[in-house]
Amino acid sequence: MRKISYREALREALREEMRRNPAVFLLGEDIGRYWGGAFKVTDGLAEEFGDDRVRDTPISENAIIGVAVGAAITGMRPVAEIMFGDLTALAMDQIANQAAKLRYMFGGQAKVPLVIRTPFGGGVNIAAHHSQSLEAWFMHVPGLYVAVPSTPYDAKGLLKAAIRGNNPVIFCEHKLLYHVEGEVPEEDYIIPFGVADIKREGEDVTVVATLCMVHKALKAAEILEAEGVSVEVVDPRTLTPLDKKAIINSVKKTGRLVAVSEDCKTAGVTAEIAAIVAEEAIDYLDAPIKRVAEPDTPIPFSPPLEQYVIPNEKAIVKAIKEII
Amino acid sequence: MTLTANLTKNKLVEMYKMMVKIRLFEEKVFELYAQNLVPGTIHLYTGQEAVAVGVCSALRKDDYITSTHRGHGHCIAKGAEIKRVMAEILGKKTGYCKGKGGSMHIADFNIGMLGATAVVGAGIPIAAGAALSIKLRKTGQVVACFFGDGASNQGTFHEGINMAAIWQLPVIFVCENNLYAMGTRQSIAMKIENIADRATAYGIPGVVVDGNDVLAVYEAALSAVERARRDEGPTLIECKTYRHRGHSRVDPAKYRPKEEVEAWLAKDPIKQLRERLLQSTILTEVEIQRIEEEVSTEIEEAVKYSMESPYPAPQEALEDVYA
Repeated sequence: MRKISYREALREALREEMRRNPAVFLLGEDIGRYWGGAFKVTDGLAEEFGDDRVRDTPISENAIIGVAVGAAITGMRPVAEIMFGDLTALAMDQIANQAAKLRYMFGGQAKVPLVIRTPFGGGVNIAAHHSQSLEAWFMHVPGLYVAVPSTPYDAKGLLKAAIRGNNPVIFCEHKLLYHVEGEVPEEDYIIPFGVADIKREGEDVTVVATLCMVHKALKAAEILEAEGVSVEVVDPRTLTPLDKKAIINSVKKTGRLVAVSEDCKTAGVTAEIAAIVAEEAIDYLDAPIKRVAEPDTPIPFSPPLEQYVIPNEKAIVKAIKEII
Repeated sequence: MTLTANLTKNKLVEMYKMMVKIRLFEEKVFELYAQNLVPGTIHLYTGQEAVAVGVCSALRKDDYITSTHRGHGHCIAKGAEIKRVMAEILGKKTGYCKGKGGSMHIADFNIGMLGATAVVGAGIPIAAGAALSIKLRKTGQVVACFFGDGASNQGTFHEGINMAAIWQLPVIFVCENNLYAMGTRQSIAMKIENIADRATAYGIPGVVVDGNDVLAVYEAALSAVERARRDEGPTLIECKTYRHRGHSRVDPAKYRPKEEVEAWLAKDPIKQLRERLLQSTILTEVEIQRIEEEVSTEIEEAVKYSMESPYPAPQEALEDVYA
């Protein structure tokens, strides 16, 4: 099968969905013909679809999402880009109070088919305003879906599902994944939300990880394989809805859980996963649950500082060894 | 107040009736609230009827509006069924939002009423988005976006109007300046007297109208709507008006000087139109009386309908989160 990058996979998903449905349009800062997106995901799309459907906006995050909400409830399928995940804070009213709540408040009258693409995560030394992982914020808002693709294949299939769906989706990308290549079929496919993917099968311990951490978990699994430990890596692919069944089934098999995420530990993604397993599968656990996450700090700038806070494969190996 | 030549007698009477309907509806809501029958809070539109009616009379049926926490008047003026508005205010299953929204979140997508948001100013970019949707779908509709003087100090006002202006979107921004953002006088919250002046900053027309003169509001709105439909972009219309009651249910509005309240009550928009219609013999006292009776009957029926309607089943709280 051909290999393309995560960035190309996202672009293909956008291009195919825009060709498929004239209601799909893109808006965001510098996504158009002059720049093609800060991470070049939308590069070339304005040339094909025109400036109306690949719409450069002023630097007005709250209005980008507000305008997208207004378009979504009146028949369009906007895909908004927020240049950095941290900047969703500027749009939080429109995301959390409007996009997420309109359908419910209006008794089911509104549909909000809105996708908000944004890159989270650190590792590129751009400090605290451009590096945080905030997936858990959005998991905490009923009415939103949260997608966390870790591979080009998942990125394309999930983005197409997000665009075709009828709910607001926070589509979390990761800056370090844009160049990562992987197998992506030429033919049309979608990945339904709420279906986890077992990225590696194993017997001794379940590692649940998302985005960049999936790759680090896979590296940890390779390291431990040499030491005779068999690691299963479960990638939920969407955090809302969350495929609890896949996580619990894996824990039933392995009897051990290490939850890994790049967000900070307190009230974060790993907290939710650990709580679900503790609540629904504690009888299958042979060891305490371990969590690998960031310490509760903003993301620092200097490379040694940043590398210290972002979980790596060594931290995952260490956590696994503590419960094996 | 002069009567405009381009309004038929029927249209004038309709507008008058609609204003009376909103007034009597709100007074009924207040009465029910006093009897402890309305859960939560209420923000009454009493005194501002000329704005909703003037603007909505300039719209087509398929045009959109967005509304606010003080939104009963907007949806009634856009053509909502008052029995379903009342049922929603009382938290009943037969309400527009099946009891999930209440007084501050009434919506009726079938009549282009895209809902009321209770985050001050949040509807401004949403209205711009609906207008962008219209422009992309080429349907020739227009959006009227209602908000207050308080909302004009939000970032959404700047971001949303700027975006509507640069993209020349078919939306009219209707600022109902009732002089107070909750209890904060306009002069405490901004350095200017006319909010419409801010339009200059976005390169769009800004118009100040007497918001208690329904015909002045209508004319300004019609001109802005026609401009929007000609694809010439948005207009900011500031309607100077006054709420007859406090901000919400618990507010006796003691921060407003008595003379100010009296002066505005003397400019009651319904009274003004009524006098005008009588003077120009468009309506007689008898006809006015009949209109009030008709409206009262309709409101009594709406109350009966709402009171007899069931509450939603508790577990319906879990529905409608996702499509």
